[in-house]
Amino acid sequence: MTPEELDQIAEAEREAQSHFTQRVNVCVAAGCLSCQSQAVKDGLEQEVERRGTKDHCQVKGVGCMGLCSEGPLVSTSSGVLYKKVEAADGSAILDSLHGTSVSRLVCPTDVPFFQRQKKIVLENSGVIDPDRIEDYIAANGYTALIKVLTEMTSREVIEQVTRSGLRGRGGAGYPTGLKWSTVSKSVGTQKYVICNADEGDPGAFMDRSVLESDPHRVLEGMLIAAYAVGASEGYIYVRAEYPLAIKRLKNAIRQAERVGLLGSNICGTRFSFRVDLRLGAGAFVCGEETALIASVEGKRGTPRPRPPYPAMEGLFGEPTLINNVETFANIAPIVRNGGEWYAQIGTEKSKGTKVFALAGRVENTGLVEVPMGISLREMVFEIGGGIPEGRKFKAVQTGGPSGGCLPSDCLDMPVDYESLARAGSIMGSGGMIVMDESSCMVDVAKYFMDFCMTESCGKCIPCRVGTYQMHRILTAIGNMTATPQDMKMLEELCDLLKHTSLCGLGQSAPNPVVSTLRSFAEEYRAHVEEHKCPAGVCGAQPVGEIA
Amino acid sequence: MPSYVAKPTPPNQDKRWKLVDATMRRQGQQQRGLIETLHTVQEAFGYLDVQALRYVAMSLRVPLSRAYGVATFYHFFTLKPAGEHTCVICMGTACYIKGAPQLLDAVQRDLGIAPGETTADKKVSLLTARCLGSCGLAPAVVYDQEVAGKVGTPAIREHLKKWTHA
Repeated sequence: MTPEELDQIAEAEREAQSHFTQRVNVCVAAGCLSCQSQAVKDGLEQEVERRGTKDHCQVKGVGCMGLCSEGPLVSTSSGVLYKKVEAADGSAILDSLHGTSVSRLVCPTDVPFFQRQKKIVLENSGVIDPDRIEDYIAANGYTALIKVLTEMTSREVIEQVTRSGLRGRGGAGYPTGLKWSTVSKSVGTQKYVICNADEGDPGAFMDRSVLESDPHRVLEGMLIAAYAVGASEGYIYVRAEYPLAIKRLKNAIRQAERVGLLGSNICGTRFSFRVDLRLGAGAFVCGEETALIASVEGKRGTPRPRPPYPAMEGLFGEPTLINNVETFANIAPIVRNGGEWYAQIGTEKSKGTKVFALAGRVENTGLVEVPMGISLREMVFEIGGGIPEGRKFKAVQTGGPSGGCLPSDCLDMPVDYESLARAGSIMGSGGMIVMDESSCMVDVAKYFMDFCMTESCGKCIPCRVGTYQMHRILTAIGNMTATPQDMKMLEELCDLLKHTSLCGLGQSAPNPVVSTLRSFAEEYRAHVEEHKCPAGVCGAQPVGEIA
Repeated sequence: MPSYVAKPTPPNQDKRWKLVDATMRRQGQQQRGLIETLHTVQEAFGYLDVQALRYVAMSLRVPLSRAYGVATFYHFFTLKPAGEHTCVICMGTACYIKGAPQLLDAVQRDLGIAPGETTADKKVSLLTARCLGSCGLAPAVVYDQEVAGKVGTPAIREHLKKWTHA
C-alpha cells in the first residue's frame, strides 16, 4: 500500500458512491439490531430491488446514530431521521425520498440531543458501513497513518499527541502523550500495544458502540501508537460478551491486512505491525492494566503491584502501551488536524470531547459525544430531555462501581476530570446513569458494593474481605437492622479499603458509599434510626410488576 | 531441560476437538493460549467439563490446577451444561434502576430456580449478566442469544411460557 494506492481506493469509492442519488442508512449496531433493524434493512433492500432502483438508491448498514431508545433508526439522503421504523415501513420511506417525509416516523433532529453534540470520535458512526474498509478510506480513513509514516518521526507524533492534551479515556485520565513517551523511551527487544476494550462498567457501552460502528478508526489509532512507541505487535482485549464488536473487528483486521495496512513493511516503510484479538471472559478486574496483561498471557486476571509500570515491564515482561478504545479513536483526527486543534476544545485541563452513555431515568437514552466542560444540567435536562413522567431528579451516577452519585446541587458543575473528582466521583469510562426519586441511594450503594464484592479477584485482603463486610453492613441497613455502630464501621472500612487495597478496584470500591454518605446522609439516617426507606425500595423483597 | 511429551489424544472421536486443536495450533501450543482455547471449547461444546479441561491442560502443558483456576476465575466460563433455552437478565446499573430485580424475582418464582441454575426438566437456564451494553433499552433480557429491550414482567412471563409449555 502506497499513499497513491490509498488515494485510488478513496477515489474509486467516492466515484462509486456518487452514482447513488438516493441513500438510506439503517443503523445496524447492537442497540437497533435488538429492535429488529436487520429486518428493516432487508425490507428496504427488497423494496429497492422490486422497484428496480438499485442503481441509484443505496441501502447501507451503518453504525450507531446515538438515540438508542428510539431505534431502529433510519436516516435518508433527504436529511430526515426516522425512528422506531418497522420492516413494513420500507416502501413509505423510499417514497419519501422524493416527496414529503413520513411524518409518523420522523425523529426531530433540531433538538439539543443532536445539536449540542460535537462529534470527533463518533464522526463516522451512523455514516459509514463498518464492514467495508473502502467506506472508511473514502471518509479520509488511514490518511493520518500515511501522514505519520511518510512525513513524521515518532517523536513528532508523540509531540502532537502531547500538545493535544488528550488524557486516557478509560477513566483515570493519565496524559496520553506522557504514556506514549515513556513507552517509547523504554528499552526492550519487543514492544506491545494493547487496546483495552474490556468495557466492564455496568451502564457503559461507548467502547462497544465505537467498535461496532467504526472499527478501522481504532486500528488506525493503534497503528499510529505502535509507530510512535516502536511496537510491532498488538492485542485488542475485547469482552466476549460483545459478539458483534468481535465480528466487526475480526473483519476489519482481515481487510486491513489484505490491503497492506497491517502486516510487514506497511507503506513500503520499515514499520511492521500485527494485531490479534484476545477475548475477555467476564472479569471486571481485567480493566486494570496489570490484570489485563495477566489475562492476555492466559492466566487468571489478578493485578500485581506497580511499579514496575507496564510501560517498563508489561506483556511478557516487555514495554507495553495500554490505551482504551476511545483514546485510540481520538488519535487519527489529532494527527490529521494537529494537536492545537484538539486542544482548543474542552476546558483548561480536560481537552477534547468525551463520549457518554446516557441511560437510566431520562427521556433520551443513548450515546452522546460532548465537549468537556459541559454542565451536568445540560447533559441531563437538555441533551437527556429531562426526567420522564414528571418525576424529580435525584442523582446522576458516573464512573460505574468506581464512581459516585452526584446530587442536584452538583448539576451546574462542569463535566471534566478535576470537577468530577472534587465532587467525589470520577469521569470513569463514560457511563452516566440518571436516577429519580424512585431510587434509594442505600440500595444503589449496596448494588455497587455487591458488584465489587463479586468482582474482587481475591488477591489482597482489604478488598476481598472489606467489600464483603461493607456489603454485609449495607444489606443490614437495607433490612433496617443496622445500628449506629455499623455506620461507624462502614465509614472506617471506606477509609481502609481506599488506602490499603492493591489495585484500583479495591481502592475505588468505597466511592459509591462515600459519595452517597456525603450527599444523601439523611437517607442512611432514616434507614438506621427510623427504620424506613424514603424511596420505598428497601426492606421488602423486590415485589410488584413493571410494565 | 524440556522433555518430549507425546501430544495427548482427544478424549473421544467427536469432530469438535479438531476446532480445539486448531486454536491451540494457532497459539503455537503455548501456555498463553489457555484462555483462547477454553473459549473455543465452550463455543463448541457449550461448557467446560473435567475431561475437556484435562485435555487442554495436557496439550498446553499447564497444570490442571491452573486450567481449573482460570476456568473458575472468569464468569464467562461455565462448568455445567446449560438447558435447552437460556434466559439472561441484565443486571447492569441502568437495568437495575429500571426494574431488573423485579423481573428476576418474577422469573425465579415462576421457574423455582435461582440465577445460574437450570430447571429440572432441562428446559430453561436462568442467568444474570453484569451489563449487556444495551443500556438504552433497559431493562434488557437475552432470550437464546436474542436481545429484547424494555422488557416488562408480563412480556418475560409470556416468553418463558412458550418455552416451558413447548
